[in-house]
Amino acid sequence: MLKRTITALGFAAVLGGIFAAAAADAQQSQPITSTADHSKFKILQQDFKSGPEVTEACVSCHTQADDQFMHSIHFTWEYDHPTTGQKLGKRNVVNAFCGNVVGNEARCTSCHAGYGWDDMSKAPQDQEVTADCLVCHDTSGQYTKTSTGAGHPPLDPVSPKAKTITGAKAWAVDLVKAAQSVGAPTRENCGNCHFYGGGGDNVKHGDLSSALYNPSRDVDVHMSPDGENMTCATCHVSSQHQWSGSRYNVMASDAHSATLKPGERRDVATCQSCHGTEPHPSSLMGAKLNNHTDMLACQTCHIPEFAKGGVPTKTLWDWSTAGKLDAEGKPIHEDNYTSSTGEKLHTYLSTKGNFDYGENVVPYYAWFDGQVEYTTRERNIDPSKTVEVNAIKGARGDGVSRIWPFKQMQGRQPYDSVNNKLVFTHVWGPDTDTALWTNFDWAKAIEAGMKAAGEEYSGEFGFVDTHMYWPITHMVAPAEQALDCESCHAKDGRLSGVPGVHMPGTRPFGTASLLGIAMVLAAIAGVLAHIALRIIGRKNREH
Amino acid sequence: MSDATKTELHARCVKVYPLFERLWHWAQMALIMVLLFTGLAISGIHSLVPFGPAVMLHTVAALTLLALWVFATFWLFTTGTWKQFIPKIEGLIEVAKFYAWGVFKGEEHPYKKMFWRKHNPLQAATYFGLKWFVFPAIWSTGLLYLTYNFWADSVGNASFWIWVIANLHILSAYVIAAFVVVHVYMLTVGHGFRSHVKPMITGYDEIELTAEQEAYLETNEPGRLR
Repeated sequence: MLKRTITALGFAAVLGGIFAAAAADAQQSQPITSTADHSKFKILQQDFKSGPEVTEACVSCHTQADDQFMHSIHFTWEYDHPTTGQKLGKRNVVNAFCGNVVGNEARCTSCHAGYGWDDMSKAPQDQEVTADCLVCHDTSGQYTKTSTGAGHPPLDPVSPKAKTITGAKAWAVDLVKAAQSVGAPTRENCGNCHFYGGGGDNVKHGDLSSALYNPSRDVDVHMSPDGENMTCATCHVSSQHQWSGSRYNVMASDAHSATLKPGERRDVATCQSCHGTEPHPSSLMGAKLNNHTDMLACQTCHIPEFAKGGVPTKTLWDWSTAGKLDAEGKPIHEDNYTSSTGEKLHTYLSTKGNFDYGENVVPYYAWFDGQVEYTTRERNIDPSKTVEVNAIKGARGDGVSRIWPFKQMQGRQPYDSVNNKLVFTHVWGPDTDTALWTNFDWAKAIEAGMKAAGEEYSGEFGFVDTHMYWPITHMVAPAEQALDCESCHAKDGRLSGVPGVHMPGTRPFGTASLLGIAMVLAAIAGVLAHIALRIIGRKNREH
Repeated sequence: MSDATKTELHARCVKVYPLFERLWHWAQMALIMVLLFTGLAISGIHSLVPFGPAVMLHTVAALTLLALWVFATFWLFTTGTWKQFIPKIEGLIEVAKFYAWGVFKGEEHPYKKMFWRKHNPLQAATYFGLKWFVFPAIWSTGLLYLTYNFWADSVGNASFWIWVIANLHILSAYVIAAFVVVHVYMLTVGHGFRSHVKPMITGYDEIELTAEQEAYLETNEPGRLR
């Protein structure tokens, strides 16, 4: 009896141990790494009246944060390229979408991670623009910025017409709640700006859309809550508010060192930094696939399509047709594109011209060494050709280039037809008599834009076809949905047209094959002739 | 041969193809068929097998064939069978003349199979060419093709060399395909298809033996007679 009791007790103890371990596991799956509860800080329990007041409270403890942040591209919008020497960043470049920030500040700087930058000609530091901590660190989910407020949040009272940077009807932000909620950036923090680049959901990148707030595994295996549930910052690692993985200077291939542990590096956002350089299983097929990593970026096979999850991306933007008005002189719109979710999208706007879109888009492929060369303000263009807004650099055999997938944006945008340069345009300005979106007059809009940018302008303009390229690196599909071999290893496969590649299966009737087939046919013909002669010989003998 | 010697010969059923040689032949046949079929798929000429599985099957079949060839080479030299494959001019012209002319007139095949010489001179010359030129061409280019990533970095202009290698590989493969066509057809010439294939299955063929050969085999290798 006693023995049995002891056994039962022992059994219970073991069971208890198992349950305790299970409870510990459950806790580990959602680690709370912070040792601070910001809602308990006295300084965050004040009645904040503006965004900058919150920042002031933040930096009273995080003494170095604003200095660090104000030297990051998120704040300066300026990038001095170490290799090409070009001065890039939103402050400087002209793109194939809304064109340029300068001259359109309060609208475009609505996504600036600061408060009140309304003059591009001066650096934000020089205008005493305060950093916006909340846009990246709010976890209350109700912090936002107004679409035309140069980075300020909508505060009580909110104009009934006001919109947020994502295009939603604006609400009054509760700064106290936001300030007390701060934490590490989530997909929402980054996405509220980056998913809406170019003025709308997935307009610009193609692989960054609202579908990534809560993606299925099919849409993004890394960020899906059913997958790894990663945030943007899981890969875009940062050190002192400097992030890895800028599109201006891509690490096209990463000779990941075996001595580094995953997550150890703070300077790259490459696939290899976690997956290594031989990521496929050690089998015959795995070895063959690993053999491809000297030619292909991981993304090329593992992102077969972008603009997934029901959010189309803009693929064509023709500015030249903008300005058509109806009989009453009112702007018009056409909504002839229907997304897979049934949403009607603009295909013409008087303000912006014609558009086209794509969903589940097959990328454009090219050798890429990580660098692009922008058609910056000082570069001459050849208007008889399609202008490459940001020409992709790289070639086979340079040691770093890989074949990468891109979104290729088709543009048609204004240029100075005498000086042969892309022009800056003044499109947004509800109160100006020069803004295109208010006055529908290109001549005035370009003149005002060039003036704002401090550029020389001949006064003559035309429209030129452009291409702009966006490296595709998000929306990685689950392994089982990676491209099949024959997507490329076939006649007219996906990589046809990419130079410097020998690929079996792409030229079924090459020189050697034709020679060989001729040889086999000759052998067959010889055999048939031989048979015929034997039959004739036999018949002759029978006679 | 004079009539006097002819009368001394006895037709006997002799084992000319030992088990290993038959296994070698038929395994090689099957593997070459698989390689030709998957090779055509990899070239993009048909898509009856998807590209990925075709590459895997091609690679496995090729490595298996290479292993078989290693064994076969070992066997050829240890058993002395390699001598069977050394081409000789003697009789070659007659055999060639027969295929080009005599066969149409219903002549007998000029070559009499001997138990120490199982291939006719033309056959031996063809196999010699295959073994020394075509097969080495296919396996050396194949191995280079397969191991591209190991040498690409150490040569200049790797994309040119892989192009050369691929084309030589394809060309050699078609030579083998042409050989297969003629080889199979040749089985129908002379004693007929069945009697040509049968020895490669059973190992035994009807061979005219001299009294000395017969006596030797009966005494020393009775298992080779039936």
